[in-house]
Amino acid sequence: MRQHITIRNKNDSISIQFETKSLLVIIALFFLSLLAVIAGTSLGNTIIPPLEVVQSMLKIGSGEHDFVIQTLRLPRVLVALLVGAALAVSGAILQGIIRNPLASPDIIGITGGASVAAVAFVTLLAGTVSISFMPLAAIVGAMIVSIIIYLLAWKNGVSPIRLVLVGIGISAIMSAGTTFMLVMSPYFAAGKAYIWLSGSVYGSTWEDVYLILPVTAVVIPLVVILARNLNLQEFGDEVATGLGAAVQRQRLLLLALSVVLAGVAVSIGGAIGFVGLIAPHIARKLVGRPFGSLVVVSALIGSLLVFVADWIGRTAFYPLDIPAGIFTAGVGAPFFLYLLFKNRNQL
Amino acid sequence: MFHLYASVKMKVAGFCLLLLLLIGGFVSSIVFGQTPMSFATAMQAFLHYDETLVEHVIVLTERLPRAVIASFVGASLAVAGALMQALTRNPLASPSTFGINAGAVFFIVIAIVVFSVSSLIQLTWIAFVGAAISAVIVYSLGSMGKDGLTPIKIVLAGTAITALFVSFTQGILVLNETGLQDVMFWLAGSISGRTLDMLIPVLPYMAVAGVMSLFMGRAINLLITGDDIAKGMGQNTVLVKCMMGIVIVLLAGSSVAVVGAVGFIGLVVPHISRAFVGNDYRLLIPFSAVAGAVLLLFADVVARFLIMPSEVPIGVMTALIGGPFFVYIARKGVTKI
Repeated sequence: MRQHITIRNKNDSISIQFETKSLLVIIALFFLSLLAVIAGTSLGNTIIPPLEVVQSMLKIGSGEHDFVIQTLRLPRVLVALLVGAALAVSGAILQGIIRNPLASPDIIGITGGASVAAVAFVTLLAGTVSISFMPLAAIVGAMIVSIIIYLLAWKNGVSPIRLVLVGIGISAIMSAGTTFMLVMSPYFAAGKAYIWLSGSVYGSTWEDVYLILPVTAVVIPLVVILARNLNLQEFGDEVATGLGAAVQRQRLLLLALSVVLAGVAVSIGGAIGFVGLIAPHIARKLVGRPFGSLVVVSALIGSLLVFVADWIGRTAFYPLDIPAGIFTAGVGAPFFLYLLFKNRNQL
Repeated sequence: MFHLYASVKMKVAGFCLLLLLLIGGFVSSIVFGQTPMSFATAMQAFLHYDETLVEHVIVLTERLPRAVIASFVGASLAVAGALMQALTRNPLASPSTFGINAGAVFFIVIAIVVFSVSSLIQLTWIAFVGAAISAVIVYSLGSMGKDGLTPIKIVLAGTAITALFVSFTQGILVLNETGLQDVMFWLAGSISGRTLDMLIPVLPYMAVAGVMSLFMGRAINLLITGDDIAKGMGQNTVLVKCMMGIVIVLLAGSSVAVVGAVGFIGLVVPHISRAFVGNDYRLLIPFSAVAGAVLLLFADVVARFLIMPSEVPIGVMTALIGGPFFVYIARKGVTKI
């Protein structure tokens, strides 16, 4: 059996390499995600047999459960998967670039910026601009805040520690800003407000799916194509530059993609915490450091994490709907502390 | 960070300015608000109380408790912050960055929702337990590793503990189907609608801890020269650190029990105070106490006007002030103080 499978175009401008072992992991996780879609749609307050779920999806069923499946559960499951994938890839990029295992879009403050922008969009522009521009607002917010954080952390270069500390400070300001908008605005019922306070895919519609799907479907493959640049950067800036890589430009491009992913995820599901932190770590345990397979596996793991968190949240305490972000933080924060303990001699 | 002894002129000027500000803050807290009233009306309410006049009722039942609570809580949080910065030699230390606020809130919410505790005295003790647990976890996580207590480890541990407790608190409140208002109250803090009855049960703890802190200045001055020197000079450093820990938990825990999680006062105030009185803790502690009261009084007054007719939660106000300050210190370099 060959060790690697390489996908290249003629002039080598695109070249992606997967290890055979990683490919097996990816296939397994992919089927697990498919299973999640069916299981997530079939399990709930009323249990619908999986066969009927599949039939309804293919539009060949009796139509008996179509409303529950098509309108309530399926979009929610899909949004959970997509939001998780976007957050996880965003985190994987940040950890790769900052070379800090503790980096993730929520700790650095990027999701905070997206939340403020999204909430401000609803509060200040409600009714005057189409809601489909909200992801754009969130992305722009995330961009601006990331640039501010980067500039504030700059002092003869950006040290990872200063970046994290500045990010924590900015996050605090951003969450205060979000709370401020929520208190000020008459548009948020308590249910919607929880999306912005802790992250939830409650009440997702097909509209949400159509907003997030195109972005993730374009950006994540793009990140996979760019992965070889990051693999090269692992050797250090000097080596990468010496081998002809435009280190700073590639880094900036990848960072921008990370911000776009975080922004769009937040605009739909709010800042579901710690997914961007945990998923890449689990992925690294499964497939090691090669960045191409790492991105794909992170995306799949992130999807499953948010899916499971949301599924527990909506079934465990039915009829109450616990925001998915509460479960991801419940798992993620102790994991973060464990990472802190593991890296205690480097900080 | 700042020179140890500021000039005498600076200290005197600082204290005078501070007292004027305290009086100004207290008066504006009573006079300004949704129902504006003149200073004379407010004085009348104290001297010749007439319960048929709406203004008089507002002054005595709403404005006065608010001003008093803001003063005590602001002072407590500021002193707790000053002690924490000395104890951890970390300029970013404060009850909120340590996760102490979030821990105390979580325990209070658990006690109210799950165990239906309603006695304020019991809740205060529960807040102390929550505050102490967070403090111990973050302190031990922050001191692991070969470099001992580093600012970055403490801040990261505090951030994670805060995230954990905040999400648990939200989960419990969602399960209990409480409204957004209740959630906001505990997570973002509020001093509106609090009565003096809520302050009185915690006042003894605040007072005892406050007085203790005033007498600890000398010991702390010695402690911040370094553990080795302090031990060499005959100080029982473990005892001093434990005492500081107890005072911190009492001050921060009782503040949270009254107003919920109000952050950043404990971070900002000691730094501003250092600019006036230097790093001499005999002066820094009383100065921080008064400055903390002033800051919270004014933050509360501004919070009433920003989005009239509703109010900005006070914790949001203090985070908007304190967040940039945190970034400023992080940029300046978190050297040990």
